[in-house]
Amino acid sequence: MPTIVIDGKEYEVPQGENILEACLGLGLDLPYFCWHPAMGSIGSCRQCAIIQYQNPEDERGKLVMGCMTPVQDGARFSITNEAASSFREFIIESLMVNHPHDCPVCAEGGECHLQDMTVMAGHRDRRYRGLKKTHRNQYLGPLIHHEMNRCITCYRCVRFYKDYAGGSDLSAMASHDHVYFGRHEDGKLESPFSGNLVEVCPTGVFTDKHLVNDYTRKWDLQSAPSICPGCSVGCNTSPGERYGKLKRVHNRYNPDINGYFLCDKGRFGATYVNSEKRIPAVGRRSKDGLFDAIDSSQALTAIAKGLSTSKVIGIGSPRASIETNFALQNLVGQQNFCTGISETETALVSACIEAIKESGAKIPSPREIERCDAILILGEDVTNTATRIALSLRQAVRNEAYNMAEGLQLQSWQDAATRNLAQDERSPLFLASPHATQLDDIAEGIFNLSPSNIAHLGYSVASLIEGKRDDAVTKTDANDYGNIAEALLKAERPLIISGTGVTDTSVVKAASSIASALVAKGKETYLSLIYQEANTLGITLLDQGQGPSLSNIFEQGENNNIQTLIIVENDLYRRAAKHKVDKLLQAADQVIVLDIMDNETCTQADIVIPASSFAECEGTLINFEGRAQRHFPVFESKHPCRPSWEWITEIGKISSNKNMLEWQCFDDINKACSESSSTLTGINEVAPDRKYRVGGRKIPRQPHRYSGRTAMIANLSVHEPKQTDDTETPLGFTMEGHSGDRPGELIPFVWAPGWNSNHSVHKLQTGSERELKGGRSVVKIESKNLIQSKQQVKSVSQNNDQDHFIAVAMYKFFGTGELSSQSPGIIELCESESIELAIEAADKLGVSNGDGVTAHGVNGTVELEVKINDSLISNCVGIIQGMPGAANINPGEGLSLTRSENWVRRSEIISSDQLGSKNV
Amino acid sequence: MNNSVNSLSTEELSAIDEELEHAPYRSAVAIDALKIVQSHRGWVSDSSIKEIANYLEMSSEELDSIATFYNLIFRRPVGENVILFCDSVSCWIRGCAKLEKHINKTLGITRGQTTEDDKFTLVPVPCLGACDKAPVMMVGDSLHENLTEESINRILEDAAVKGKER
Ligand code: SF4
Ligand code: SF4
Ligand code: FES
Repeated sequence: MPTIVIDGKEYEVPQGENILEACLGLGLDLPYFCWHPAMGSIGSCRQCAIIQYQNPEDERGKLVMGCMTPVQDGARFSITNEAASSFREFIIESLMVNHPHDCPVCAEGGECHLQDMTVMAGHRDRRYRGLKKTHRNQYLGPLIHHEMNRCITCYRCVRFYKDYAGGSDLSAMASHDHVYFGRHEDGKLESPFSGNLVEVCPTGVFTDKHLVNDYTRKWDLQSAPSICPGCSVGCNTSPGERYGKLKRVHNRYNPDINGYFLCDKGRFGATYVNSEKRIPAVGRRSKDGLFDAIDSSQALTAIAKGLSTSKVIGIGSPRASIETNFALQNLVGQQNFCTGISETETALVSACIEAIKESGAKIPSPREIERCDAILILGEDVTNTATRIALSLRQAVRNEAYNMAEGLQLQSWQDAATRNLAQDERSPLFLASPHATQLDDIAEGIFNLSPSNIAHLGYSVASLIEGKRDDAVTKTDANDYGNIAEALLKAERPLIISGTGVTDTSVVKAASSIASALVAKGKETYLSLIYQEANTLGITLLDQGQGPSLSNIFEQGENNNIQTLIIVENDLYRRAAKHKVDKLLQAADQVIVLDIMDNETCTQADIVIPASSFAECEGTLINFEGRAQRHFPVFESKHPCRPSWEWITEIGKISSNKNMLEWQCFDDINKACSESSSTLTGINEVAPDRKYRVGGRKIPRQPHRYSGRTAMIANLSVHEPKQTDDTETPLGFTMEGHSGDRPGELIPFVWAPGWNSNHSVHKLQTGSERELKGGRSVVKIESKNLIQSKQQVKSVSQNNDQDHFIAVAMYKFFGTGELSSQSPGIIELCESESIELAIEAADKLGVSNGDGVTAHGVNGTVELEVKINDSLISNCVGIIQGMPGAANINPGEGLSLTRSENWVRRSEIISSDQLGSKNV
Repeated sequence: MNNSVNSLSTEELSAIDEELEHAPYRSAVAIDALKIVQSHRGWVSDSSIKEIANYLEMSSEELDSIATFYNLIFRRPVGENVILFCDSVSCWIRGCAKLEKHINKTLGITRGQTTEDDKFTLVPVPCLGACDKAPVMMVGDSLHENLTEESINRILEDAAVKGKER
């Protein structure tokens, strides 16, 4: 490690860093704007100026940009030198020439990097008295608010949006003091990563629209460390609350997973928590479908009574925590506990687990994905199913650029130079999918194939890697496949990505065989398999294939074998065909549903119990890597909801369930779960338990400046109530406590003296890998402990004759997620339910966009609106997952389609509505 | 690329195609394409941006960032004659500020504006490469040197009569 001198003091700093990074890493304050830890340097804002001396004799030194100056052994610098500090102050003053002076009405105020840097640079008095340049703001969609006057032209937004995230609809326009960052015209920003602009922009140009419309300053937000429930990636988040409402979600730094960035579903898709559709109370459905609140203890007693006298089935959920599912499993017994995942999906998850066990490949974290240098994606539509990973893949293909730069002894943080040098050179990424995907722009080879042909491609590549020739392959294919095999073999860290999304187990198996072949060749091979929900892997590991499958439950229902059915956080109508679910719910004598929001399953329930959302309760989720992570309650809900695990435990206690009698708190359930099987051992070490204290103090959820604790409820009482004691977690619903170094999983929000924005995270980091100073626990389930499900699932019958189309699953970033799609803002972005057809297919049926088709499959018929997707292969039709009709079609099944003659086009419905209202 | 949605004229398209023949990739001709369309239409509208971008397989934002960077690509309609008035240092030393005021008064427009009769648009430029003959300006395609208030009056009158210079 080089030793450098800063202001007369010697420091050891990591090799290869620039002096700005090094200073920040040492905890020294040096202001900056255009540099970003993940995006490197361009040296454009001139804010990080610092003096560099030639040698110990040199007293004058020269001004250099910290972010552009590599550290070198023996180099001497000064931050405090008057020439440097007055230069920095002048830079801020210049940036401020056009900046408004109205921080109090700006949505960035209180967490603004520009405010922090202005104070740090010592600029106090504005000498400029002229007119300020003003701009028109753009409408950028329902998620992001635009206030262009606040721009200081650091160019970070476009560097993130275009260079880092591959977006194309945001640009720097015009020149000199007209420079404008926006779109060509008003309209929603298209990138699924657009929300990061809120954190990337150091000023208030891009802010969270939901927060702006119902505003609270950062210092007034109560936060807790949380995990995004949006998909199986498990990004770390920091949701903020005030007045009982979830106001916003910010990134929570985890160097392995999300780093500094989230996807828009994670950032904007959590406000469903405030929805009016939350279940208001424990209630009973009356005959006319209305909801009558009932006394909860009576309800629980009644349920407990039913448990001892009747046959009970419990259906858990891949979107609920391990603890909730574990509690339910204990309540009803393993033989009566069903994961609630569809048959097809269960088979796919089992295939994935088998692939991990068999292939011997490593499962990469997103950070490790960024280091892979040749990638093959088989079928999984990563941008829509595991969005954050798509961003990591965009960085992975830049490894070629870094290699080229290294050849010229250029550091990887030399961003502009590296991009200029590499132009369009990328590390190879190949992808096979039945339709176009949002990663096509960075792919070297794209193979548009049906799921079974994707599997075929995979197997051929595997045999080529093994050195065998597949005679069934045509010459051109053999060439293409040869290129893939060669690229994977040439790479230092080849990565294969697949998952349950393409809904064909043979694709997963093919991915596994490629990985095995590479491992056999001695390659450091990575295999990444994506699941569809936040805890899909977790619940599968909990169940271990022991419980009944969903179709077994349907059978039991048909045979009238179920008296009591307890369904936890699972809308069955999204899992299986309507007629089957209808029958099951009617057959059971008593249906009890615990859920967060009202849904179709709730409407069929006898008793509905309100469950806490992820933001109101503690829980453990297992992500796609097998990494267990804990989310903590951010706030106490105004609703009478409680964590599902708590409700279930209470029922268990009333019915004197032996295991559950001893469970007094979350930690007890978690510990019991950890001890229940070798697979889940260690999930009690995911985060410190409720007794954890630092110097006898808890970790506060509120910043020390949290204001208005009395005023907040002054309309009800002028006395400040005692803050609720949190007996379940090491955190407190308070501003008092320990806020120094904490373990990473207990950091509710970031703040450091002088650093109010999220950039304060520097102060919590250490070392060249930017680990967290307070440490963090990494609990990953080891592949050798994975237990394979024994479930044998019949494969769906495929009608591959001419008149049939193969149904392929499609995923929509906004729309497929059950809960996220009910968040304000996202609601209006969700696509309507449709069936996607290739042009040839549409022509054959004589339909066009907006017409209706009737799909005839094994579950009867479904009418769907046509959407033409000219990238789809012609014998496949796309069924968008997570929509009401989609559950009636099994991905992979053969569908026959007919034109719906009586279909009313949406546009016609609207115009006739208008007609109707005019007549009135 | 589907050309049917593209309403660029055949002349414009063939001129762009000609440029494309020498270009390593399509977006490389962005500036030329903007100039071609501007020469046919006088300015580049929002919809032209979309059409050109579509034709060059770029996003509208990427093309617009180029179009708006250059102040000689007009993103708003301009008058029949565009006055490119130099305000850089040589012309400034030789009194262009006063002459600009004179133009403002005579035509009733300031920088970036167009006269009501759509005859003139005034655009400042930093140097026309004729510093030895400062102050200078261009009207349409012709350069006018050693400007005085009188010569400006004459030039503007002539131009107003002649109409658009080609
Ligand atoms: S909008 Fe924000 S991020 Fe973009 S250049 Fe301006 S200040 Fe920087
Ligand atoms: S990638 Fe998944 S886990 Fe991460 S923020 Fe997006 S939805 Fe949430
Ligand atoms: S941060 Fe170094 S020049 Fe901008």
